[in-house]
Amino acid sequence: MKSLKYILVVLWGAFVVTPLLWALTTSFKTANAVTGGPTYIPYLQYEPSLAGWRSLFGGAGGIDIAKPYIDSLVVTLSATAISLVLGTLAAYGLSRFTYKAGFVKNADLVFFFISQRIMPPIVLSIPFFLLLQFLNLLDTKIGLVLVYIALLLPIAVWIMVDFFDGVPRAIDEMAMLDGCSPFEAFRRVVLPNSLPGILVAGMFCLIFGWNDFFFAFTLTFTDTQLLPVAVVALNSSVTPWWSLSASALVSVAPLILIAFFVERLLSRGTLAGAIR
Amino acid sequence: MQQREFRLYKLAFLLPGLLILLAIILFPLLFTIRVSLSGWDAIVPGLDWAGVRNYAGVFADARFWQSLGRLSLMAVGTVLIQYVLGFALALLVWRDIRFRRLWRVLFLIPMMTTPVIMSVIWRTIFHESLGPANDLLGFIGLGPYPWLTSAGWAVASVMLVEIWQWTPFMFLLLLAGLISLPREPFLAAAIDGAGPIRTFFNVTFPLLAPVSIGAIIIRLIEASKLMETVYVLTSGGPGTATETTGYYIYIRGLRDFQIGYAAALSITYLVIMIVLLTIVAKLLVRVFVGGKTA
Repeated sequence: MKSLKYILVVLWGAFVVTPLLWALTTSFKTANAVTGGPTYIPYLQYEPSLAGWRSLFGGAGGIDIAKPYIDSLVVTLSATAISLVLGTLAAYGLSRFTYKAGFVKNADLVFFFISQRIMPPIVLSIPFFLLLQFLNLLDTKIGLVLVYIALLLPIAVWIMVDFFDGVPRAIDEMAMLDGCSPFEAFRRVVLPNSLPGILVAGMFCLIFGWNDFFFAFTLTFTDTQLLPVAVVALNSSVTPWWSLSASALVSVAPLILIAFFVERLLSRGTLAGAIR
Repeated sequence: MQQREFRLYKLAFLLPGLLILLAIILFPLLFTIRVSLSGWDAIVPGLDWAGVRNYAGVFADARFWQSLGRLSLMAVGTVLIQYVLGFALALLVWRDIRFRRLWRVLFLIPMMTTPVIMSVIWRTIFHESLGPANDLLGFIGLGPYPWLTSAGWAVASVMLVEIWQWTPFMFLLLLAGLISLPREPFLAAAIDGAGPIRTFFNVTFPLLAPVSIGAIIIRLIEASKLMETVYVLTSGGPGTATETTGYYIYIRGLRDFQIGYAAALSITYLVIMIVLLTIVAKLLVRVFVGGKTA
């Protein structure tokens, strides 16, 4: 029974790391090593080369990764930051006050935010294309940030409403009795107690922002190019597997670090409060 | 505080986010509905009036309905497998196991990686002669398999990649749920002399019903948009074997530039998904909660 447990986790662990290890070993191969059939261990099975990694910095047969990397960072971080600010404010309002406009009440407003996640990217892509064309924002970072806010804001509102519902109302009521305005109560008392929730919301925004492909693919062309689009552009019948693998690893590396962070929150029990 | 001043504060919290979302999503959506009633295509671009002609076309479009059936099967199939695997993995690393935190980090990693980028890597893995999938399975006497070139295998391959990518999401939510469970019900079950299997079905599983429902619905919503993996791995092929609804609309709209028709397809797709997901959500609540609380 006990060893079965270990066999199972090792099996799944092996499945999880296989694509990443395959990419790692492939990134050190040359054209000859790839076309010679699948091999795994450098030196023993093939002579490793740094060609794939050199191609990331303008070497032959790959993509120059620096610009898309910076574009991706700028767009993802801006959209995450704006979504967090707007989302936290809206979520606090929805958690603490009662809104009523006709038949629309708080629950409907929360549902409206969350329901945006149902929208398939393809449904939005045509109107987004025309909208950005109208605003003269096609192929720009600002245009993508706008679109990503629509994707990330629902996530931020969703996580933060649940989180604020778990923060005792007594603390902001006390602050307001002491003469704080609702906004001061929010900023000075509630916000400092909400960092775990904001962290979790921020991480999910980063994951969904950094990993988007379709909008970056349909709304930008040459001036702005995000990482996933740049890497997928290498995907063809004559794909240089070594450059592809190196650029894939470099692209997914920063978010893999987030896994360590999520595990820490998870094991401390912080996540349980933030995701329900 | 003044009543009026308080009202202003209330609105100041909610409105910036709400208005921006409305502006970014609602107006484009209304515009799509208008476009779907036009004959906009590559030859005659523009908003003329075509009435419901496009919708009549959608109704008779066998390729669309087939893609919808295929999408539903793939989405439900992958989500169920993800749920079972995610639950099992969460139980495995919940309590006493060595290197617990290492396993947890490891099991979370795939959901952090960019789906399209990993799909490109998977495509090299599935390569029939140069990829490791057939090579490694060959060691245990299996294969070779036509991963991306036969209809059935291509569907299985897309599902496999989706399972690799998103089982961690189920794992994460269910493990977070497990960690937050109170101890008392487990002590009570132990005192009653319940074994691990009875404890699971009588205590753990019912206590995690709300988390389970939430996790399955979130994943179904995300899976109902499936297209990027398909785009990279198979381009919908061989033939249309892996063509999902999103990918079909992509071909019609952004490749053939039949904007009006693609808009009608999009609106139909959206409405069907909202209806189906609502029904599934209601059914799930019934399945998990059953007659126990009602």
